[in-house]
Amino acid sequence: MIRSSFFAGLIAGGARLLAGPTVRWIGSKPERRQRVYFANHTSHLDFVVLWSVLPPDLRRRTRPVAAKDYWQSGLRRRIAVNVFHAVLVERGARHPADAASAASQLESARFALDVLLDALDKRYSLILFPEGTRGSGEGISAFKSGIYHLWCKRPDVEFVPVHLSNLNRILPKGEFLPVPVISHVVFGPPLQLDETESKESFLKKAHEALDALGHA
Amino acid sequence: MNYKLDHQMFWIANGIFVGLLAASLTGLALARIVKSEGGQATVANLNARIRAWWVMIGIFALSFMIGTGGSMLLFAFISLLALREYVSLIGTVRADHRTLFWAFFVFTPAQYFFWYEGWYGVAIILIPVYAFLFIPTRLVLAHDTTGFLDRAARLHWGLMVCVYCISYAPALLTLNIPNYQKQNAKLLLFLVMIAQLSDVFQYIWGKLLGKHKIAPAISPNKTWEGFVGGVASACALGTGLWWMTPFSPLQALGMSFAITLMGFAGGLTMSAIKRDRGVKDFGATIEGHGGILDRMDSICFSAPLFFHLTRWIFVSPHPTWFH
Repeated sequence: MIRSSFFAGLIAGGARLLAGPTVRWIGSKPERRQRVYFANHTSHLDFVVLWSVLPPDLRRRTRPVAAKDYWQSGLRRRIAVNVFHAVLVERGARHPADAASAASQLESARFALDVLLDALDKRYSLILFPEGTRGSGEGISAFKSGIYHLWCKRPDVEFVPVHLSNLNRILPKGEFLPVPVISHVVFGPPLQLDETESKESFLKKAHEALDALGHA
Repeated sequence: MNYKLDHQMFWIANGIFVGLLAASLTGLALARIVKSEGGQATVANLNARIRAWWVMIGIFALSFMIGTGGSMLLFAFISLLALREYVSLIGTVRADHRTLFWAFFVFTPAQYFFWYEGWYGVAIILIPVYAFLFIPTRLVLAHDTTGFLDRAARLHWGLMVCVYCISYAPALLTLNIPNYQKQNAKLLLFLVMIAQLSDVFQYIWGKLLGKHKIAPAISPNKTWEGFVGGVASACALGTGLWWMTPFSPLQALGMSFAITLMGFAGGLTMSAIKRDRGVKDFGATIEGHGGILDRMDSICFSAPLFFHLTRWIFVSPHPTWFH
């Protein structure tokens, strides 16, 4: 545990050096509350940088959610699981047309939700990328519905949008060597939601909140 | 070639310490006296700057104690941070990525390595010639011709200003000046002090007397009163510090004048870039000052000239008119 937090600190320090992130909290504060931080996704550095700009006591209680298929093997797994205590989940449908696997995908989606709920029940906060995959940095793609289902089960947890910019310039998709560029992290106010929120309106509100932060 | 910490260095260090202490106390007093809202903000910014000065001078002193290598490392790091601010601000496209990697992690370390090894002939042409040829070549290989010349030129300009020009400051440590062996650290300190204090004096004179703006479209805070007062104060100080340099008092005055004029040109040029990009500062790395590049702009422009003037007059065979 001590060793892993040492490495986590080291990696977080390196990420801060590379990404020199400016941090703004608009309408929320770095508090010890249980939260789901959801952010736009353009780079592998996203969760490291988001995690590294949280105060140390919050870092210990915050775990990133990462795709099992990508972070499962070798060094990646060691970094994600051993160092950052990532919650690994199966990714949602990649080929929705493939009817044969639809049932098993539904099954795995339920299982993924259980894994997240389990982490929340242990009082951890989560870092989530609802787009599901890394984008090009131009615009935020549509959210997967997992985040909605998470809210349905745990409506008392705060859902805080976090807008990340310039991280795709540091380590774009498909590159393996990083370049230092100053990045920006903006934390927004927690989503204001009604108990009766439908899936569509939840995802719309969440997407709009994140998009608005990009222009804040 | 290395340097030693002699008794002159001790007095300079004491002078800086006392000067900063006086600045801190003045800031503290001002914070109590000034009541107006605008004045309060100015004083708060002033005090943030003074606090940052303590940190900057602490880092500078630490690297000095390590020796030439320490100073080279410090300035290499400053170059990297400055280039990072520059690149972040000017904007780059996806196809620039690998060329940027070369700029940051090959050309920057190489530039300082060549100075450290004392390869003068390589250090002065690495970026102006070879990076100039390399950057467009590497960009071509990325198969994106959109804004090609623009992208190549921006990148090369950044390397020139943030790496090549700044590297001239620690390069002063490599000069072999007759009767000034192992004392070059004081020459570097002289450059940094005059360039930075010229900025500080211009800021103070401008705040006290500033009326007539020099270039309102570029830098609204720069006034003729601040410029003349700042340059005169910095030159007076530089002349008074002639004993820490290989210069005579008159030569020290001339050198100070060159440093302050180039520093002013640097500040104005960097302001033009900031205006063009629609920002006030290059970054927020140093509290109250903005980014590294906001603090280094005067050094960027004055270091090369100061280096070459010193080398030309004091290292190479003297030009005939000099005697």
